[in-house]
Amino acid sequence: MKALENLLEKLKTPFDKGGKLEKFYPVYDALETFAFVPDHTTIKGSHIRDAIDMKRTMFLVIVAMIPALLFGIYNTGYQHFTALGMDASFLEMVGFGLTKVLPLIVVSYGVGLGIEFVFCIIKGHAINEGFLVSGMLIPLIMPMDVPLWMVAVATAFAVVIGKEVFGGTGMNIVNVALTARAFIFFAYPTKMSGNKVWVNTDGGSVVDGYTGETLLAQAIEHGANFKDVANNAYASLSDSFMASFLGFIPGSIGETSVLAILIGAAILLWTGIASWRIIFMGIVGGAAMGMIFNILGPMYFPDNLYLTVPWWQQMVMGGFAFGIVFMATDPVTAAQTENGKLIYGFLIGLLAILIRVVNPAYPEGIMMSILFMNVMAPTIDHYVIQGNIKKRLKRLKTA
Amino acid sequence: MSTEAAAVNKEVIKEAVPREPLFGAKNKRLITDPLNDDNPITVQVLGICSALAITVQVQQAVVMSLSVIFVMICGNIIISAMRNIIPSRIRIIVQLVVVAALVILVNEILKAYLPDISEKLSVFVGLIITNCIIMGRFEAFAMGNKLWPSGLDAIGNGLGYAWILVVVAVVREVFGSGAISFPGIGQIKFIPQSFFEAGYMNNNLMILPPSALIVVGIIIWIQRSRNPKLIEEN
Repeated sequence: MKALENLLEKLKTPFDKGGKLEKFYPVYDALETFAFVPDHTTIKGSHIRDAIDMKRTMFLVIVAMIPALLFGIYNTGYQHFTALGMDASFLEMVGFGLTKVLPLIVVSYGVGLGIEFVFCIIKGHAINEGFLVSGMLIPLIMPMDVPLWMVAVATAFAVVIGKEVFGGTGMNIVNVALTARAFIFFAYPTKMSGNKVWVNTDGGSVVDGYTGETLLAQAIEHGANFKDVANNAYASLSDSFMASFLGFIPGSIGETSVLAILIGAAILLWTGIASWRIIFMGIVGGAAMGMIFNILGPMYFPDNLYLTVPWWQQMVMGGFAFGIVFMATDPVTAAQTENGKLIYGFLIGLLAILIRVVNPAYPEGIMMSILFMNVMAPTIDHYVIQGNIKKRLKRLKTA
Repeated sequence: MSTEAAAVNKEVIKEAVPREPLFGAKNKRLITDPLNDDNPITVQVLGICSALAITVQVQQAVVMSLSVIFVMICGNIIISAMRNIIPSRIRIIVQLVVVAALVILVNEILKAYLPDISEKLSVFVGLIITNCIIMGRFEAFAMGNKLWPSGLDAIGNGLGYAWILVVVAVVREVFGSGAISFPGIGQIKFIPQSFFEAGYMNNNLMILPPSALIVVGIIIWIQRSRNPKLIEEN
């Protein structure tokens, strides 16, 4: 540790003001503060600095994503071998998953950090670790067979148009990782939806009854009961709930296991990084919409089987849990006021289920609903603040 | 509207300066300004609707641009010729009548000689009537200037509109369809077949209208960072 610190100190001279590499100071600064808590002091205003600065915060989010990532790697292999009807050991499954997931992570980080470094050097900003989280989220919300060049293009689009245009880390209006996913969803729909992309079936014929659909696609056709990848029979309701809770279903890499996501949520909530208001109200909103559909469905729209999916099942299907825990809580794009967060979270959950059920063209609504509410967040904050001002004015007048 | 009214006043005052040579410095600026510093789309942000709607293909964008340039030149000259006899209270109605007549003319010509493209452009030719650039130029310029400068102003603004439209259309067609189709020649491929075999796919987003907004946004971004006149002070 000490040796590393000395090395960084020694390398510093050319990057100082007037030095040869002054232009590249942001790069040096990024590496130094990445390894050590910086000794910067504030000049004016409040003089208390928390030891948890932005870099440490971002790191904790990544730690929270590790369970979902590890399970995603395993599940990629598990789905592959199950679909082909082959027996494979645990290590083989993890090994196969690694060959699919690692390249995605490398491409996402390589492209994203590269662009971020270039922009920071041009503008002379400090390089922030904002992209460390986005760069990890991007592979987690992709189907594992998405071509790498698409991930590269989408990441570049998301970082430049989603973030740098607005002024870099902390200034973006919409979630960067979701921008990348939405880009692929609209630009290359055949690689992001349908029943061909969620499970890799290269190198063999698939077992009988295999469809490759996600649970969301099956819900449109069959309602709550779904077919296991390798199983022709319809699973019972409780089986399908357990399978999607534990995550042994086809889907994007990181989002299948609600259990792994809940572990991440516990880390985020315990360290106080994610807002419990958003997560809690998101679940309430989703449940409310699910219940409304459960009640109205059989009465008014007997043809739409999706409406009959029980509301608790909706919570564990698709990317709902992943989006609510890791993306809705993004502190930059979420509402900033405490009451605003309640409204923001509630509407995300509500809209996610609404889009998912009512519009079959968008089988997963959570992406759209979070992006939509990202845009609405400043408006929510505005009205919450105005409401507060009004309330206090009234108190002042009566007193 | 208030900025346009202000522009009218400014132009009227300018007119008091006597006798300009036909291609004097001031007249030249009428053509060059709208190409960059005062571009109708990227700086004044007018006429965005048609920039979104008809830039999927280059040929549509070219035909649309030519139609708009034609309507604008004729309209500007007609309005300029009538400027002293139009009662100011009904001037908008008079302008509308002029532009509507010209647009119907253009529409009939397109239907007769370019039926395919006319069909693709569908209502958007008719919607030239509501194109904010044209009404804006009538109000802001032709109502207060003589024939010759009005004509030049129309050419300048028409070209400023046209180059943005064509650039957006080129980007969208190359990335959205991989090839640009020209009438008579057929398609010219810009993305080689080997790319497609290697796994390249056309970007579907580029066919959807929002992509035009993104492309226009990028043009504005480049323009603002390069043109010192457009850099806003904080």
